[in-house]
Amino acid sequence: MATVMFDLKRLGDVKAPPGFAERVLAQAGMADSYAVFETVLGPVYVAWNRLGVSAAMRSKSSAEFEQWFREDIGRRLVQADPPAGLASRIEDQLQGKRRMQFDLRGLTPFSQAVLRKTLEIPRGQVRPYGWIAREIGHPAAVRAVGTALANNPIPYFIPCHRVIRSDGVIGNYGGGGPEAKKNILTLEGVQLKRLQDLARAGLRYEGVRSTRVFCFPTCYHGRAARQENFVFFHDESEARAAGYRPCKHCRPAEVA
Amino acid sequence: MEVTERAFERLVRDHQDRIFALGLALTGNRHDAEEVAQDTFLRAYRALVTYAPERVRDLKQKAWLHQIAVNVVRNRVRGNRPRLVELNGSEPDARTGPEEDVMRKAEIDELAARVACLPPRYREAVVLRHVQELSYAEVADALGQPVGTVKANVHRGLKLLRGDDHGDGDV
Repeated sequence: MATVMFDLKRLGDVKAPPGFAERVLAQAGMADSYAVFETVLGPVYVAWNRLGVSAAMRSKSSAEFEQWFREDIGRRLVQADPPAGLASRIEDQLQGKRRMQFDLRGLTPFSQAVLRKTLEIPRGQVRPYGWIAREIGHPAAVRAVGTALANNPIPYFIPCHRVIRSDGVIGNYGGGGPEAKKNILTLEGVQLKRLQDLARAGLRYEGVRSTRVFCFPTCYHGRAARQENFVFFHDESEARAAGYRPCKHCRPAEVA
Repeated sequence: MEVTERAFERLVRDHQDRIFALGLALTGNRHDAEEVAQDTFLRAYRALVTYAPERVRDLKQKAWLHQIAVNVVRNRVRGNRPRLVELNGSEPDARTGPEEDVMRKAEIDELAARVACLPPRYREAVVLRHVQELSYAEVADALGQPVGTVKANVHRGLKLLRGDDHGDGDV
C-alpha cells in the first residue's frame, strides 16, 4: 500500500509541457499565435488570433519574426499549430479568390481606413497613393497614406503592393523592397512595362472611344477593347474635355 | 478586463503543472492530459470574466480548478473511455530530454495508464487524494460527494491498483 501511494505521489510531480501556458493564453485570446506557411511568395510567417490574421512577414527565422512582432504589434506571440483550413484560406486570399478577416486593432483609425481601402484594389490592378487619400476622404493626406502603407503589418494579404506612385515609379515596399514589389505585381498579371511607359509619357488615364469612359490603365473594364480604340489622357480635365466620364469601377476621378 | 487577464495569467502559471498532472492521472496519456488542462483553464477564464472582483479575490483557486478539471474529464470520457494504452510504448514525444528522463517519463506514463484504467469513481477519488494530495474534505468538495463515500472509493481504488499490478512489484 505504501509504495503504491508513493508512486501516485510521483505522478503528481509531472510538469506541464513546454509552452503550455502560452498556448492557453493564446486560446483565451490574450496572445496571438503564429506559424510559417509555404505560399506562392515562398515561406511567409503569419500571426493570427480570434479576430483574424494580425500580421505577416517574410522573415528569415522565427526569432526575427517574433522580434518584429513584439516591436511592431506589441502583443504576446506564441508559435502554434494553425487551425484547420487556415493554410487554404491563406492560399485563397493571396490568389484573390476569397477574403479573410484581419485584426487591425493596434492601428490608428486613419491607417485602418487606408488598409481597408487598399483591400478593395483587385488583383492585377494598381492605384496611385492619391487615389486612396481621396477615397477615404483625406485628399491632401497623400504622404500619410504612404506612411500607413509602409507600416502595413499584413503585407501580401492587404495588398499595399498594388499602390504605386502616379509617375509610375514603383516606390518602396515594406514587404521586401521595390524588387519584391515588382515581382509580386508581375505575378499578379500587371503589365509593368506598359504601365511605366505610359507614366513616363505623362499619360495617367486610358479611355475607350466606343464607351467614352476613362479608367486607370490597369482597370479590368475596357480591357476587351481593341488596341486602336484606346485613347490616353494626361489628366482628368483633358479626359472630361474630350467628352469622357470616369469609370465607376476604378474611379479615376470623382463621379460627378 | 486588464486586471482579469493578469489574474488569469497568474492562475495558469501557478497551477499549470498541477492541473496537467491531474489530467495525466485521470486520462492516462499526455495528449489527452494537455487537452483536459487547456479546457480546464479556458473554462476557468470564461467564468472569471463574469465574476465580480471580490469573488475572484476570494476564490479557492486550487479546489475550484480541480472541480472544473474533474467535470471536463467526466464530460469528455462519456462515450469515450480512456484508451487502454499499450503499457510499454507511450507515444514518442519530441520534447523528451536525456535518457534518464526518458526512463522516468516512461515509468510515469505507465503508472498514469494504470490509474486511468480504474473505474471512474475510484479513479477520481484516488487521484485527487493521493496524486494531488487534497484533503478528504477538499476531495469531497471537488467531487460533490460525502466524505465517507470518498474514503471508501479511495480505499477500493488503492486495493484495485495493488491487485492490478501484473506481479511487477510496486516499482
